[in-house]
Amino acid sequence: MASISKTAQAGTLESSDVMITVTPGAKDSGIVIEVESIVLAQYGEDIKAILLSTVQKQGIIDVYIKAVDRGALDCTISARLLAALSRAGAVLKEEML
Amino acid sequence: MDLRRSMLFIPGNNPGMLQNGGVFGADSVILDLEDAVAPMEKDAARFLIAHALQTVDYGTSEKVVRINPLDTFAADDIKAIVPCCPDAILVPKVESAADIHQVVSMIAAVEKPGQTPVKIIALLETPCGIAEAYSIAKADKRVVALSLGAEDYTAGLGAMRTREGNEIFTARTLVINAAAAAGIQSIDTPYTDANDEEGLLADTKLAKSLGFKGKLSINPRQIDTIHNVFNPSMSDIDWAEQVIHAIRKAEAEGSGVASLNGKMVDLPIVNRAERILHLARLLGLIEEVK
Repeated sequence: MASISKTAQAGTLESSDVMITVTPGAKDSGIVIEVESIVLAQYGEDIKAILLSTVQKQGIIDVYIKAVDRGALDCTISARLLAALSRAGAVLKEEML
Repeated sequence: MDLRRSMLFIPGNNPGMLQNGGVFGADSVILDLEDAVAPMEKDAARFLIAHALQTVDYGTSEKVVRINPLDTFAADDIKAIVPCCPDAILVPKVESAADIHQVVSMIAAVEKPGQTPVKIIALLETPCGIAEAYSIAKADKRVVALSLGAEDYTAGLGAMRTREGNEIFTARTLVINAAAAAGIQSIDTPYTDANDEEGLLADTKLAKSLGFKGKLSINPRQIDTIHNVFNPSMSDIDWAEQVIHAIRKAEAEGSGVASLNGKMVDLPIVNRAERILHLARLLGLIEEVK
């Protein structure tokens, strides 16, 4: 299984963006996702689903993900998470980039 | 013929602008990994642009990505971007045919099987690049256009960049001539004062009169002005239709020579008329070949 080795961040708090922080989780802690969003009531579950799907495809299992969303599209959320994971030391699967 | 009257730069690390890049009607959008992105954010911008290329609808706009120069992050950019099927790569600071050969080999190494070959637009922005314009234009069949980057070029000359642009006149004509000789397009440098509409209009008219086929743009507000200048006028279209009518009439009468209003109509005139009508048809200004 892939893993990350340190805390890292990607994205901004500008409109249409999302700032994502990833932190290594303790062994067997699983994937923990926390979302703040200006559209949490409408899209909070969708945002979580994108984050979960993206990190699962990379095979990373023990990680804490915090996303502060400013109305980002799905593709932006996924791109920012991959950038954060890469900065945290994950070796990403190229076909998923 | 690909239409590249306007080519609009979009900052590559700005999701809001990336997702809206297709609404401005530019003939090409240039998703920028170079000057618009800070060195520490190149990695994040690559992810954003790669995802945008695969998910954002840019309408009829050609999708171009400006990569970083060959001596910095170009290899990482090409590896990340080319498999996401951009229409073209804009390569900055090209100085020789060897630079193009290097980019072509890097692109070919990462293109997916069956992928439409990624085109190359060479951005010439150094005195060396201008001096080598023709060999760059002829370096590979992927090269579809030369463009001029006047800010870096002027710095390389040691000249001041002015509103009138006399300092880039030679570079402009060399780029246009090299591109025409190679049978590809030439695209003019952007007009960098987005608040000077009169200056943009004059600069774009000059570019068209010299022979450029389009102009880089740094602000969506510039697109309408650029299109209005590069679109054929109704008098252009009328003249072109008369030329084609005259030559067809002459051919029907068994003569290869025609005249229009007392002036001889020969092959270069016919070719110019056909280019105007082709452009007019592409733009929907006329419906069919007359």
